[in-house]
Amino acid sequence: MGSDASPGELTIGFLPLVDACLPILAREHGFAEAEGLSLRLVRDMSWATVLDRLLYGHSDAAHMVAPLAIATTLGRGRPAQPLSVPFVLGLNGNAVTMRPDLARAINPAGGLGDPAQVGAALKAHLAQTGKPLRFGVVHRYSSHNYMLRYWLAGCGVRPDVDVEITTVAPPFCADALEFGEVDAICVGEPWNSVAVERGAGEIVLVTAQIWRRGVEKVLALREPVMEERRAEVEALVRALRKAGEHFVDPANLDDNAAILARAEYLDGSATLIRRAISDRLLLAQGGEVLHYPDFMFQHREAANFPWVSQAEWLYSQMVRWDGMGFDASDARKAARVFRPDVYRSALLGTGEPLPGASSKVEGSLGGPTSVSMQQGVITLENNRFFDGRPFDPALLQRYIESQRLA
Amino acid sequence: MRIAIVDESASRAAVIREGLAMLEDCEIFVVTERRGLVAQIGQIAPDIVLMDLGNPSRDVLEEYFAVSRVLGRPIAMFVDESDEEAIAASVDAGVSSYVVDGLAPRRIRPILDLAVRRFNAFARLQSDLAEAKGKLAEREVVDKAKRILMDSRGFTEPQAYSELRKTAMNQGKRIAEIAEAVVTAHQLMGGK
Repeated sequence: MGSDASPGELTIGFLPLVDACLPILAREHGFAEAEGLSLRLVRDMSWATVLDRLLYGHSDAAHMVAPLAIATTLGRGRPAQPLSVPFVLGLNGNAVTMRPDLARAINPAGGLGDPAQVGAALKAHLAQTGKPLRFGVVHRYSSHNYMLRYWLAGCGVRPDVDVEITTVAPPFCADALEFGEVDAICVGEPWNSVAVERGAGEIVLVTAQIWRRGVEKVLALREPVMEERRAEVEALVRALRKAGEHFVDPANLDDNAAILARAEYLDGSATLIRRAISDRLLLAQGGEVLHYPDFMFQHREAANFPWVSQAEWLYSQMVRWDGMGFDASDARKAARVFRPDVYRSALLGTGEPLPGASSKVEGSLGGPTSVSMQQGVITLENNRFFDGRPFDPALLQRYIESQRLA
Repeated sequence: MRIAIVDESASRAAVIREGLAMLEDCEIFVVTERRGLVAQIGQIAPDIVLMDLGNPSRDVLEEYFAVSRVLGRPIAMFVDESDEEAIAASVDAGVSSYVVDGLAPRRIRPILDLAVRRFNAFARLQSDLAEAKGKLAEREVVDKAKRILMDSRGFTEPQAYSELRKTAMNQGKRIAEIAEAVVTAHQLMGGK
């Protein structure tokens, strides 16, 4: 298994979530095969096990929550092992789903709330009831956790003080809401929809409202494996780009939903999966399905490009919430996890757009903006954080300090 | 030493418990329920937690351990850097172990080794069982196919069997596969 495999054979670990779509479709539609690769996909039920398999060579690469790749590299919770990310599997795709009575109390108008308004209402609700609430996220080192905390803190609600944030495994999120173990969850699809269908929760926000272009899952490898198998990794990057092109074509929705729903992949409802991958959400039982175009973001605007600035933003949040100090050497290691150089060399000479820079000011664009490119053309659209504060990686330490004061 | 075995499969937990029961000075607790897992672990206050890799609650428990560090009872995944191979063997067997800070590796290793052996033994038991079940199912389908051939072509039982065998040999397939095809074809033609 794993690194003992013959050339061209790659084993990829994943959790049953819709954003595991690109490796699954690269295999199922033959994009991997066309690149001379044979993919074996291994499904697990926890990120801890996905990570163990990667570290002990059961898998060569993994679908992974982005902050976990950085935490592993920095040795948070276990001895440090450097991981590398040559490809971002997608942006956003998560939602905040609350117990129906809480959803109605803080978002009485229904529909997707405005993050600042819902946050203010949540703060007032907490002050009024005097009871702390409990929110569930899927992992301590997940974008869900960081986006949720960014939103709460930005609205004056103190994570770990006013709101307890605990870990709930995605398949049990609906249960946890239903049995009152948590008051809200921040999770990927199809698990919000499962809670809504059961009447256990109502969707109040999507994470794309908190950060319009927030990095979500990544393709992670052990750094030595990536170096040893560089040619295969680059072939995989090309296959995943092709899979993304297929995935975002509306003509393929039915097909792709049916594949993802299969027992060996998500083992779920094709109807709910189709809804999520077409950026549609049923916010509350008996309501209408809402179309939110940037709910999931898997392909356009070079969405898979591993911007170093994204890794640095994640590091800024790790420092903020793990109570560690800024450390220049850690910051450099975290930044190095994202490998735009590998992405570039994989796609150089193809028709794929390649940005000219490897880092950008995150959250600085309010509308369509052309960016300078090494190859091809892209227009980046609104990529703002809900509070309008940009993140300039050149001012990383100052950004971290300003968050401490906030 | 207090050892908690967290496993949603009650039968595997029993096999592991039985294996560890031979250790001296060890108290063993089995947790198979997902609900209230963290509270139960809190009550048990284990020195060692053994958990199967397929358990969906691993992230929840790791989060709890990370937070409990603040409470003054540090517990972390056991990674013996001096013996990478032993840890790899435990991941291969499908078991993860978490250990209270300060416990010497030489006290943990025998327990972990034993757990790995029990996990492997359980996996073998299961594959033996699956194989036995598969063989039983194969025998049933071969019997069915024989009856179909006896009814439709007037064969005796030995003739029916030899027909199946001959076809299997000619096509380079197993008898059970040919029998399966006969049964399926028969059903398609409206037979019962």
